[in-house]
Amino acid sequence: MNQKIKPVFVQGNHACVLGALKAGCRFFGGYPITPSSEIAELLALELPKVGGKFIQMEDEIAAMGAVIGASLTGMKALTATSGPGFSLKQENIGYAIMAEVPCVIVNVQRGGPSTGLPTQSSQGDVLQARWGTHGDHEIIALAPSTIPEIYHHTIRAFNLAEQYRTPVILLLDEIIGHMRELLIEVPDDQIELINRVKPSCPPEEYLPFQMVESDIPPMADFGSGYRYHVTGLCHDETGFPTNDPQKIDAFMKRLNRKISRYTDQIVEYQTAGNQDSDILIMAYGSSARSARQALRLLNSNDKTAILFQPLTIWPFPEKAFQETAKSRKSIVVVEANAGQMKREIERLVNCDIPVRLVSSLNGEPIDPKTIADAVMEVV
Amino acid sequence: MFNYEKYLRANKLPHIWCPGCGDGTVLKSLIRAIDKQGIDKNNIVLVSGIGCSSRTPGYVDFNTLHTTHGRALAFATGVKHANPDLHVIVVSGDGDATAIGGNHFIHAARRNIDITMILYNNYIYGMTGGQASPTTPLGAYASTAPFGSIEPNFNVSELAKSAGASFVGRSTSYHTKQMENLFVKALAKNGFSLVEVIVQCPTAFGRRNKLRTAVEMLKWQKDHAIPVKADLTPEQLEGKFTTGVLWDIDRPEYTEQYAQVIRKVTGKQN
Ligand SMILES: Cc1ncc(C[n+]2csc(CCOP(=O)(O)OP(=O)(O)O)c2C)c(N)n1
Ligand code: SF4
Repeated sequence: MNQKIKPVFVQGNHACVLGALKAGCRFFGGYPITPSSEIAELLALELPKVGGKFIQMEDEIAAMGAVIGASLTGMKALTATSGPGFSLKQENIGYAIMAEVPCVIVNVQRGGPSTGLPTQSSQGDVLQARWGTHGDHEIIALAPSTIPEIYHHTIRAFNLAEQYRTPVILLLDEIIGHMRELLIEVPDDQIELINRVKPSCPPEEYLPFQMVESDIPPMADFGSGYRYHVTGLCHDETGFPTNDPQKIDAFMKRLNRKISRYTDQIVEYQTAGNQDSDILIMAYGSSARSARQALRLLNSNDKTAILFQPLTIWPFPEKAFQETAKSRKSIVVVEANAGQMKREIERLVNCDIPVRLVSSLNGEPIDPKTIADAVMEVV
Repeated sequence: MFNYEKYLRANKLPHIWCPGCGDGTVLKSLIRAIDKQGIDKNNIVLVSGIGCSSRTPGYVDFNTLHTTHGRALAFATGVKHANPDLHVIVVSGDGDATAIGGNHFIHAARRNIDITMILYNNYIYGMTGGQASPTTPLGAYASTAPFGSIEPNFNVSELAKSAGASFVGRSTSYHTKQMENLFVKALAKNGFSLVEVIVQCPTAFGRRNKLRTAVEMLKWQKDHAIPVKADLTPEQLEGKFTTGVLWDIDRPEYTEQYAQVIRKVTGKQN
């Protein structure tokens, strides 16, 4: 069945919804907030058509809780928000990490702190995505830059969540959330979907947080006959709270290792421009769009640079970046914040290569010319 | 003799509750009510927040979900909406349910989602050592109200009723038979139901409020509980509280309303 799929001209937020539905998302719990509300509105319309469940909760804390509850029954579940709501979700994002509950959190970033710039863009939440909830933890966060990328990375976000039994954050921003581009959906027979591994042992032998070789224990649905306990307290393999230092240590190490050891499989990035150039540009999300345009401007001035664009922002593609940065003379980081990833990049190159920042905090897209100028200054 | 072992996770006992705490009495009544209703253990999801009372789910052999402070109803709403076939029960403390979780409490009642909620009202924050809660009576002592509370307290049953709950009952850990009967009714009710149980916390509340022992506290419950059927005037009820079925109506239930939406948009009638 290889039916021809017509391209659609859609907003980034719409592409996210199409990706979520394609990935098998059947639950959305949310609370309205600009510039993310289209995701909730479209899912309110579409989910019941496929037998899925939508609910507008009383706040973002509740929305995050509802999403975790739904996922525990076996549903693929999504929530979407922006800055202030992302802050409110943090405690329960930590719960989903601790209790190993797959789910996807979309943050269509706007300017902050506080109510900030409700209708304008920013990339000010990249570090909050990494460290927003308290305690030591690993996190997976994706940062697409085009409408097709949003579609594919929404599907990927669900796959990663299911595969690694963990919440996954999809970082969009007002620019790509609201802009429109052509999208060709993937036919059903070409889509690769991952579903959480369910237990195959008899219920009385089931250990919901078992130290398995893969570090990712199978997860049973509530109501499927496997009665087990889920808590945000530090727990042992059975799921019950423990104060035993050895058990705590083993659990915390596994919780972090189950992401860190798979970094090579999780990270995605792309490069563009002149592979031999002395100048490396690092940009992600909507800033990568400005950077790509800057490459064109540079070309017409007979100058070049290479662009490194991480699509997985956490874990950061460290090895690939270090490899790409090797023997470059200068690095330009482009981001719509005061240099959150610049600091990360400086750490990765041990401060051996000078790192410059091209940024914007005024809610506007970054002007490609300012990037091209910055590159020309360092050539 | 009733066989509690069928429902308990024996290897998780002894429990963490203080000697004389009322929480265990509530658990026993809940188990008996569930047994009476004949609900399959596999279909029960028992959800709680954080607090002494919220440790209840750990001791029973259901699908159990110990969430974040105040948020049990939010998680429970997700569970019930995703799979309406599950029997969702929430247990919560007065602080958990009406301070940090107050917003979720009124909205779960307003939606009238089919969740049975049991609110253990001990008038205090037990787990954290006796700070004032929204139900601490005016003038009562707490570690954060060392000169007596100056804040008026919530009447949680009235709150649930006015927010839209279908069923509201109140009992105490002294009146175990009444409590059990209210649990049975609440479990059978289609819609949001609340049973408020006044429980003794000798450690964090009693000690500070001239009710030194669990026995004194239970006696206080016995003396202050007035069956709602007695139909006393507000003057006669001064300083006391009513018990029994306080509210019982039929309203459209949330997940059934949503099922209707699905039928409407898919054109499937079944
Ligand atoms: C976000 C958050 N704030 C505060 C706490 C600390 N805390 C734990 S239990 C509790 C109060 C419990 O009182 P209540 O809900 O009345 O239950 P009880 O222990 O009396 O049964 C508090 C404040 C917490 N765990 N999480
Ligand atoms: S502190 Fe109070 S509520 Fe907590 S276990 Fe002790 S008696 Fe019970």
